[in-house]
Amino acid sequence: MAAMKSRSSSFSRNVATVPTPQIPGLKCGPNGTMFVSSGIPDLDKILGGGFPLGSLVMVMEDPEAPHHMLLLRNFMSQGLVHNQPLLYASPSKEPRAFLGTLPSPILSKEDKHRDNDIEQEKGLRIAWQYKKYFGEQQQNFGVHMDGKLDYSNDFDLRKPLDRHFLGNQHIDCISLQGSPDLSTFCDRCSTFLAQLARHDDSITCAGRIAIQSFYSPQCEYSNMEWEMLSCIRSLKSMLGSSNAVAVITFPPSLILPSFSKRWQHLADILLSIKAIPDEDKDLSNLLTGYQDMFGLLNVHKVARFNTQVPFILDATTFSMKLKKRKSLILECLNQAPVDGSSGSSYGTSGSCSGSSKAGKLDF
Amino acid sequence: MDRSSNLLDEALGLDYGQTDLSSTCSGRVVVVEDCVETSGAFVLHHLVKRSLSPLTSGIVIFVALAHPFAHYDRILRKMGCNLLVQKDHKKFLFLDMLMLKCPDGDVKGGLVELYGNIQKAVAASALPSSRSITIMVDDLSLMEVAANGSSNHVLDFLHYCHTLTTEFGCSLIILSHEDIYSTTDRSTLIVQVEYLAEIIIKVEPLATGLATDVHGQLTVINQGDCGGQQSLQNKKCNFHFRVRENTVECFYPGSQT
Repeated sequence: MAAMKSRSSSFSRNVATVPTPQIPGLKCGPNGTMFVSSGIPDLDKILGGGFPLGSLVMVMEDPEAPHHMLLLRNFMSQGLVHNQPLLYASPSKEPRAFLGTLPSPILSKEDKHRDNDIEQEKGLRIAWQYKKYFGEQQQNFGVHMDGKLDYSNDFDLRKPLDRHFLGNQHIDCISLQGSPDLSTFCDRCSTFLAQLARHDDSITCAGRIAIQSFYSPQCEYSNMEWEMLSCIRSLKSMLGSSNAVAVITFPPSLILPSFSKRWQHLADILLSIKAIPDEDKDLSNLLTGYQDMFGLLNVHKVARFNTQVPFILDATTFSMKLKKRKSLILECLNQAPVDGSSGSSYGTSGSCSGSSKAGKLDF
Repeated sequence: MDRSSNLLDEALGLDYGQTDLSSTCSGRVVVVEDCVETSGAFVLHHLVKRSLSPLTSGIVIFVALAHPFAHYDRILRKMGCNLLVQKDHKKFLFLDMLMLKCPDGDVKGGLVELYGNIQKAVAASALPSSRSITIMVDDLSLMEVAANGSSNHVLDFLHYCHTLTTEFGCSLIILSHEDIYSTTDRSTLIVQVEYLAEIIIKVEPLATGLATDVHGQLTVINQGDCGGQQSLQNKKCNFHFRVRENTVECFYPGSQT
């Protein structure tokens, strides 16, 4: 951007050389960064806006539970809803099959009202629940009536994504199994990112890379630690000069500790997921709403592009719950009322980002 | 200027606003060690700013393996130092090694070439005047990755750079990640590098956890033999820090209001 022009003084005018983008799915952030949504509105709020373009997000899996898949699914769905190119890699032999499990966005009530108004204006009377059978037509409708798609959506995990989103030819799937080394995979990533290379003027579109379980014992390259590191490092370098975000999940317990640390250092955003056992008396005494939680999300690192000031969060551990059994929400951990307190007790609510429930009143 | 970062400068043996690392004695090797929880990159930025300050007329050769030029440019600009101008005036040489990958059969070759570039730059800058030259590496663990894990070659590279400190009196500042090596057998790269170093700066999180006002603690260990600075010999300083956009505030624990 402006940084490329040489200047004679160290003062620089704070002129926005790039106008606020009208591209759906992108948001301006501090220090000249652009955000894309993670697909989980609570996580966007926690991270200060979303995933910055050019960042490498690493999610440390808990090998006992597949909750990292929720993050991946929401991330991928959000990208498809915004018509962003997607590259998906996984150790399974048929990665395309995973696309069938992606969740569908939940339209807010206001959108439905708007739908009805505009439909009536257009003289067409299509009941809203039949819109899904109108494929292409509906897509045009979507752009026309919304004008601007939401930056981030809630996703209904029980409902699969509409077929027409998957018909998008910008989806590429790679199986990590079967190839002796990572060179083909690295090449595919570099071709994908080459299309999204960052230029000074404007962003045409942003892309997403989702890599599931990058370290997986069934893959032949899994004992080639330095090659894996090298692949991630080159991916990170390429990401830095392109308009894309990559999310990689890996199980740190299966990797040598020193290599796990190296991977963690490479990440711009580092998250970890831990499963909560179904019946844990200590935890249930300690936390409110324990029964609804199925996992814990920990934020270890937040991306710092173009700045040296660290991003200190009010809380780093959040509980993962399902709202109305369909969409993923993250909440601060609330300490349960301590036994023996006099009168009605209020759960201490964390004063931080993430949806805060009203304190539980215990009469 | 900023008096608050004086604690760090004092610990490094830099008199306020006058000298820099290379002038106090014939070039020093400084290792900055950080971890995932607390990044030590701000120390590098601070030292770049000091080395390029107009009072010292120093030169910085920056070997970047972690971030592109734009990242450092924006950060240093907020600190009051324009890297583009310094680059034009040949005072800041940025070696972009983000895509450095030593070919499998010839790991040594890649690093030899890098050393050659550095040596040429140092030799060219040293002649006109006795300007202080600082070589910075960000960061060492990525150099290991680029060398496909052969830490011996990386160590050789460092030893060669060390010869430059004695021959031309330049300083060598290396950023490394301490937690990568803490889990393995200690006879590795980091021990060798610590042995080479005259000053070790450890950047760690607070023992008590996260805080918005205090971002971590710095421990500066002076183990070199520095002629003029008798007071600093074998001294260990520990203080807290807070990183801001334009500076680093260092203060003794508990003294921040």
